[in-house]
Amino acid sequence: MDGFTIPVGDVAEKAINWVIDNMAAFFDLLRTIFIEMYDGVYYLLGTPHFAVIIGVVAVIALLARGWQFMLGSVIGLVLIVGMDQWDNAMVSLALVLVATFWALVISLPLGIWAARSTTFSNIVRPFLDFLQTMPAFVYLIPALMLFRVGVAPGIVATIAFALAPGVRFTELGIRSVDKEVVEAGQAFGSSPARILRQIQLPLALPTIMAGVNQVIMLSLSMVVIAGMVGAGGLGGDVILSLGRLDTALGVEAGLGVVILAMILDRLTNAFGRQSGLFSWFAKRRKSAAAAKEQELAA
Amino acid sequence: MTHNIAVKVENLYKVFGRKPQEAVKQLMAGTKREDLPSSTTAAVIDASFEVKEGEIFVVMGLSGSGKSTLIRALNGLWEATSGQVTLGDDKITGMSSAKLREVRRKRVSMVFQHFALLPHRTVLANVAYPLEQQGVGRAQRLSTAAKTLDLVGLTGWGDKMPSELSGGMQQRVGIARALAANTEILLMDEAFSALDPLIRREMQEQLIQLQAKLGKTIVFITHDLNEAMFLGDRIAVMRDGQIVQVGTPEEILMDPANDYVAQFVQDVDRARVLTASAVLEPTRAVIHESDGPRNALRTMNELFLSAAIVTNRERQVVGMITDRDALKLVQQGESTITSKIQPLESVNRDTPLIDLFVPSVESPLPVTVTDEEHRLLGVIPRVTLLAALASTTPPTEEMTVLSKPLPGNVVDAALQGAGEEN
Repeated sequence: MDGFTIPVGDVAEKAINWVIDNMAAFFDLLRTIFIEMYDGVYYLLGTPHFAVIIGVVAVIALLARGWQFMLGSVIGLVLIVGMDQWDNAMVSLALVLVATFWALVISLPLGIWAARSTTFSNIVRPFLDFLQTMPAFVYLIPALMLFRVGVAPGIVATIAFALAPGVRFTELGIRSVDKEVVEAGQAFGSSPARILRQIQLPLALPTIMAGVNQVIMLSLSMVVIAGMVGAGGLGGDVILSLGRLDTALGVEAGLGVVILAMILDRLTNAFGRQSGLFSWFAKRRKSAAAAKEQELAA
Repeated sequence: MTHNIAVKVENLYKVFGRKPQEAVKQLMAGTKREDLPSSTTAAVIDASFEVKEGEIFVVMGLSGSGKSTLIRALNGLWEATSGQVTLGDDKITGMSSAKLREVRRKRVSMVFQHFALLPHRTVLANVAYPLEQQGVGRAQRLSTAAKTLDLVGLTGWGDKMPSELSGGMQQRVGIARALAANTEILLMDEAFSALDPLIRREMQEQLIQLQAKLGKTIVFITHDLNEAMFLGDRIAVMRDGQIVQVGTPEEILMDPANDYVAQFVQDVDRARVLTASAVLEPTRAVIHESDGPRNALRTMNELFLSAAIVTNRERQVVGMITDRDALKLVQQGESTITSKIQPLESVNRDTPLIDLFVPSVESPLPVTVTDEEHRLLGVIPRVTLLAALASTTPPTEEMTVLSKPLPGNVVDAALQGAGEEN
């Protein structure tokens, strides 16, 4: 095996360097966008007194799933405050929200496209495998070089890591819509865009929401790793505790992540399954719409 | 009924898989379907037929015979590999997808095996869906949809979701949706196959009733021969992608094109499919209203009959007369038979054989068959009726009657005697 090497690493490094040299302006722009968005969201979450945020979360929790979930969320959030991790938690939440937003903006259209074109699906699948299985730390190196220390590389690495389930679930959801129902749309002369909007997306929604849930969960797990590149938040404290072998700090920051994760998971799950007061409102809206139809029909 | 051609299919081929054109060339050159490379599947091979306006045309075949592919080629859901499909004056094959959508909105609608309703919309909104695609305003399309729901007997169910309805009701919504589109052609893909037998029968009857009212051109796909026979004005039997016979239910039943069809029709309930007109026989046992009793008696005696049908000048059936009554009239010296004409039940020529058994038992004469104007067409003796069910030709045209005819010498004596008196 003497002398036989394929310089994959070198090629990748050269490619990244080329990108840094030649496309710096583009990445600076992206960096600015990510930082501005993050600042905006963090301002919304971090400025008000924690009691206000907890109150808002409690109301949403009540609407989405009911009083048990509300109680659990409030206890969890109060625990975060008690552990003195509130500010870190809001930083992480802001990172997750921004990263999730971009991950969905990218992954939903890709998923739709993949559902319509088997060729495209075959092309993106290895990329998704790559994104999902590449050790998360590896993203941080080019991200750091392209976006410098701070929240931006954290967000970018998070987007890359969390993208895949968004695409996969969207594709799966649309592909598993009853073929005959789609055929019915075609048979009555509906255009592909209308079939997508009126039939495929509404029927794929539960699956797509499961994908959104997965994107959020992956974002949250990546946000901790992003602490290594100075993204701060709960991840920052986890990295810090690791460096200092500070068990107390590690447990507190880690618990903060778990609590955030559980609240976000249950919340997004509820949207997919339609439980709690939201569904009650949804049902009322539906029956009102049906009544309106009847009225118009008369 | 006009006999314009609503659907015309010429040499249609549909091949799935690799190099379909190549496969079509091979098929045209005479290669058998089984001998094609395994990467290709010939679903429809050289199908040609015409569907007349206002007709129910049934395509019958087992699963895998290509009938579902065929119906999907009619509205372009599957693009034909070769051949032509014409709806009215629109040539579907080779049409741009935008134009094709236009045709589907205006000319042809479809009913699906598993209903294919939009589960997230109300029944009313489902029925209004085709109109929505046609660009009809909301209020108008909903009110049209409500009227169409009335038509299929689902008044008041509009605000329910499809999942709240039973299978039969869901399919009625499917039919209402297709009717709401107000297209002249209706494609029905195994529309009743997913329903329970009882509901299926009910739906078939409802379809016939609706069809009598609306006069659409219907292409109906089924694997159920009894259904095909019940619904179809004409039937195309498909096997392995090819159409093996096209004909009326009676033609297919009485004159199957090959062993396959013959085997297929074996299990058909012939009594429900065959109608009186298919088995009726001419009769000479007819007496004119104005004939005298002597003529009547002579005719019956010659034919060895105890009774005969009486018709008027327009050949309409007015009743019957027995030889004994005729004899009495002769002996009484009456000159007309009108006083002794008894009422005679007759059946329409479209009556299925199943409904002929009771009249056949009750009537002293063979069952009398008439047309819509009550004109005599012929009779169905009991032997013929039974023979038709057994699918053999009856041995003789001899008519069986309930009571024995009068002995010839009695009649001769009477005629002689009366003649002497005259």
